[in-house]
Amino acid sequence: MTIIEQIITVSMAVLATVLTRFLPFLIFPGNRQTPRFIQQLGTFLPGAIMAMLVVYCYKDLNFGTPSGYVPAIIAGLVTAGLHLWKNNMFLSIAVGTVLYMALVN
Amino acid sequence: MTPHQVRWRAFKAAVPYTLPILAGFAFLGLTYGIYMHQSGFNFIYPMLMSLTIFAGSAEFIVANLLLQAFNPVGVFFITLIINSRHLFYGLSMLDRYRHTGWKKPYLIFGMCDESFSINYTATIPDGVDRGWFMFFVTALNQSYWVGGATLGGLFGSTIPTHIKGLGFVMTALFIVLCINQLRHESNHLSSKAGAILAIVMLLIVGQTYFIPATMILVILVFTIVYRQKELTDDHH
Repeated sequence: MTIIEQIITVSMAVLATVLTRFLPFLIFPGNRQTPRFIQQLGTFLPGAIMAMLVVYCYKDLNFGTPSGYVPAIIAGLVTAGLHLWKNNMFLSIAVGTVLYMALVN
Repeated sequence: MTPHQVRWRAFKAAVPYTLPILAGFAFLGLTYGIYMHQSGFNFIYPMLMSLTIFAGSAEFIVANLLLQAFNPVGVFFITLIINSRHLFYGLSMLDRYRHTGWKKPYLIFGMCDESFSINYTATIPDGVDRGWFMFFVTALNQSYWVGGATLGGLFGSTIPTHIKGLGFVMTALFIVLCINQLRHESNHLSSKAGAILAIVMLLIVGQTYFIPATMILVILVFTIVYRQKELTDDHH
């Protein structure tokens, strides 16, 4: 690729990303009443999004070998359990991550 | 409060929320920068790409596509598919980003998974300006990512990468934010639908398309529930 082709390639990725982020705000601008369906959809979605993001983090699990999925699942369960128990965001994240690092190293 | 005090107070409230992301983004950004370095790119590439695209998984894929034959339309559509989840973030943020003035375009531009999740779930303390809080969360997160990517691109493989597994900090973050969300919602239909459909779609359509596929089905679930609610509301 020439430098111009590279610039175009990156620009296309920027354009597509910006589009996915701005589109809802362009279709439903702040100065107009948002349809009730969309308003309610907006309050319904976050639960599904958060769950989807967790699944997204686990999409690369490899069930072919125990080391491909056991550490991630154990550390995830410990993070969740600790957060349900103590409700301390930083504690849960720190313990879960350190445990994961200990398990994979 | 003076404008300076307003900003300072929002900054101090925002920093702690971004610390897990500092760890995750510094590490993943470094990995991305090193990857670019090893693919033969000058550090300017990861620096500018992390600044302008600012969507982690898309940046890795574009790095790959830069090494192949020129195909701008292909790049456009693959990025659109990977980043389609942002559409959901926007729909959920229509209200919260309202009345944020000149910060709004930047808040939307910088709405990555992490900034959205924090800005949506954080309980912003009384007396802290919402607009500035969300601005600092977004800007700090982006600076961590760009900083990591630039350093990785500059120093390449001379950076020790035996901090294996630090990337799990992002998984832990989303687990915690997911639980916070579960605590706040009145019923768990959305979370359950998201979890089950995402797993099923991942198994059926695979890694590339499971997010948009799940999104379509989640909207379908919502539409059915919404219709039923309207019907019962009409009867009363």
